[in-house]
Amino acid sequence: MQTTKTTSRSRMQSLVKGESLQRFLALGALVLLLVFFSVISAPFRTTENYTSILVATAVNGVLAMGATFVIITAGIDLSVGTTMTFCSVILGLVVTNAGLPLWLGVPAALAAGALVGAVNGILIAKAKIPPFIATLGMLNVTRGLAQILSDVKPIYFEGTPQFYDLFMGKSFFGIPNVVFIMFGAGIIASLVLTRTVLGRYAFALGSNEEATRLSGVNVDAWKIAVYSVAGLFAGLGGILIAARMTSAQPSVGMGYELDAIAAAVIGGTSLSGGVGSIVGTIIGAFIISTLTIGLSIVGVPDQWKLVITGVVIIGAVFLDILRRRRSA
Amino acid sequence: MGDLLVEMTDISKSFPGVHALDSCRFELRPGEVHALVGENGAGKSTLMKILAGIYRRDAGTILVKGREVEIASPRAAQDLGISIIHQELNLMGHLTVAQNIFIGREPRGAAPFILDEKRLNAKARELFETLHLKLDPRARVSSLAVAQQQMVEIAKALSFSSDVLIMDEPTAALTDTEIDELFRIIRHLRERGAGIVHISHRLEELKQISERVTVMRDGRYVDTVQTAEASIQSIISKMVGRTIFEATPELPEHPDPEVVLEVRNLKRGRVIRDVSFQLHRGEILGISGLVGAGRTEVARAVFGADPHDAGEILIHGKPVAIRTPANAVAHGIGYLSEDRRRYGLALIMNVEANVVLASLRKFAGRLGQIKFGRTKAAAEEQVKGLAIKTPSLAQRVRNLSGGTQQKVVVAKWLTADTEILIFDEPTRGIDVGAKSEIYRLLNDLAQQGRSIIMISSELPEILRMSHRILVMCEGRITGELSAAEATQEKIMTFATQREALAAA
Repeated sequence: MQTTKTTSRSRMQSLVKGESLQRFLALGALVLLLVFFSVISAPFRTTENYTSILVATAVNGVLAMGATFVIITAGIDLSVGTTMTFCSVILGLVVTNAGLPLWLGVPAALAAGALVGAVNGILIAKAKIPPFIATLGMLNVTRGLAQILSDVKPIYFEGTPQFYDLFMGKSFFGIPNVVFIMFGAGIIASLVLTRTVLGRYAFALGSNEEATRLSGVNVDAWKIAVYSVAGLFAGLGGILIAARMTSAQPSVGMGYELDAIAAAVIGGTSLSGGVGSIVGTIIGAFIISTLTIGLSIVGVPDQWKLVITGVVIIGAVFLDILRRRRSA
Repeated sequence: MGDLLVEMTDISKSFPGVHALDSCRFELRPGEVHALVGENGAGKSTLMKILAGIYRRDAGTILVKGREVEIASPRAAQDLGISIIHQELNLMGHLTVAQNIFIGREPRGAAPFILDEKRLNAKARELFETLHLKLDPRARVSSLAVAQQQMVEIAKALSFSSDVLIMDEPTAALTDTEIDELFRIIRHLRERGAGIVHISHRLEELKQISERVTVMRDGRYVDTVQTAEASIQSIISKMVGRTIFEATPELPEHPDPEVVLEVRNLKRGRVIRDVSFQLHRGEILGISGLVGAGRTEVARAVFGADPHDAGEILIHGKPVAIRTPANAVAHGIGYLSEDRRRYGLALIMNVEANVVLASLRKFAGRLGQIKFGRTKAAAEEQVKGLAIKTPSLAQRVRNLSGGTQQKVVVAKWLTADTEILIFDEPTRGIDVGAKSEIYRLLNDLAQQGRSIIMISSELPEILRMSHRILVMCEGRITGELSAAEATQEKIMTFATQREALAAA
């Protein structure tokens, strides 16, 4: 039987390798990017710009947090983008069209998101449809529903000025509240992931689903729970984006899921499951925003921005694969 | 003696295409270590998995502590006080030792959904102290050696303070010291009144630790004996049973002395431990052994399907580097895998396409276009030569019978001009009639001068077909028998023996 000395050494090793390294690298990369752009570009260095980076990350960050839960279970959720839009439409329907107060509209939007997530979960856990296909299908379903319910027209929130004030108002440090909401959501998500049963089972499922099932855990129920969480965060994203644009735009949203997944992966969440963190995901989301905004300020044309962002995502996944191979 | 802890009667279980268990019975007394033995496919694991809630029985009754029960899930078994140490490790590599052991039963903190990690690790430490185990509760399971992972699996099963503990080959990855420790724990449990089912093929071990031995064969219950009174030989005889041979077994003719293939000191981790052998021209070399003995692994290593850590492969006396199946095929080696549907055939493609699959280059023109005239001719030749029963060359292979599919795989390798053929379980899933055709085919191939390695778990088959038989156990060759001297008992003895054959 090996002694504890050997296992503490292996704990050190897994700290240096493993996902902490990825998170460390991600943070380093973010700092590097910020410093780089700040140095080479004066307009980047403004408070205004840093604030817009923060705001730009808010929506993607929230979506990416939900996606993190799902990816940790070795699943994927392609529907977070359009679900976000769907939920913003629900918010619009409740608040603007039905004239109900905001404190009814917000929970309604969140519930709608969780419901979509639950449907994903049921399709995946009970009907055994592969996550890629199930969520791809729901991507289209929620997109369609959003357009049907809104009659393909934006829903404006001018009648509810407190909506904008609540979310985009600058309560502290001249930074819009959405940013604090994102960080707040991040703290809650992180606690749930690391300290609760839901989080523990998400890691267990991603690590070895069969072993988890054989250990007597109700794998189906917990999968549904995880996808519902992703849906819930998509709902929150819908509320935030509606606030930013003071309207629910039914045609927006497709493509957001890719940025969400990219943020999670860059931040160290492994697509093969069992590994991931909210902190890493938030860093990943910031990297994407910083890169996008920085490149555009510096004058890089949109097409090249896409190329560079794509290269960064591929690089991050490649690092993930290298890291996994080394620790296998 | 008191009431029985477990009483299983008339248990039957079928999987699609396989009748795994037929009216089996098993009983377990409190304070008893009850060994469960049998050959590959005898049904031991299946029977115990039913008891552990992993499979549902099709028929029969189970009584636990005198009460009739339905064990619908692993959770239900746990609630009944039954826990199992699996043969294959069932751990979540990304989680820590403590998290694995207490999954589903984690101590909660301030609220019922919040975990108390400190208490979790403390509970684990307590458990390890009771079991005298030196494990770090916070170590990530993937960072542990296999033996330690097995100890985690054991600790997990023992943490349930169950009345019934099922151990399926628990000592496979352990050293002698660790095994002694495990036995100490088992004896302690026994004193506490728990009942232990010990599935193993290590008969000498079972002699040390068990009170009774139950033997199963071909999904049926054979007998239960007192360990102290039964000899290892008698247990082996029951495992093997008497099988009816055909009146005149076809003995293959004597092979050439030329060594076509030689393997020296092949090693791969713990799965292949220093394997060396020779294959002569025109010979059928049988390789026998129990599941997990490493036979398929050796075949795959020789074929380049898996990498090997050390060792040499020589073809016609010349060392060759075989790192991929492409290398192996280039040197004239073909491999017919156990699972022909998964690894041997492109099921949705037709007979013609499958026959030329391993040698397509030969049928391609300069621009890479396939010369269909030539492929058709080659496929027709094979269909005629091997008497492949197919309505046409365009028939999808998926629709053919098992025996016919096997012939298509053989055709593929013959078209690729391979002179060394490795057959892994050649007649698995093939009905009796087609089997003898495959045997005749093997003989013909040997007589043509091809050299054959035949891996089989069916003892009558190995005895009937082989010129020589190698027996493997736990990654080593433990015995070599000529056709004349080989018997089922001798093979089983070698197959359950842990020490390697002394170098010949």
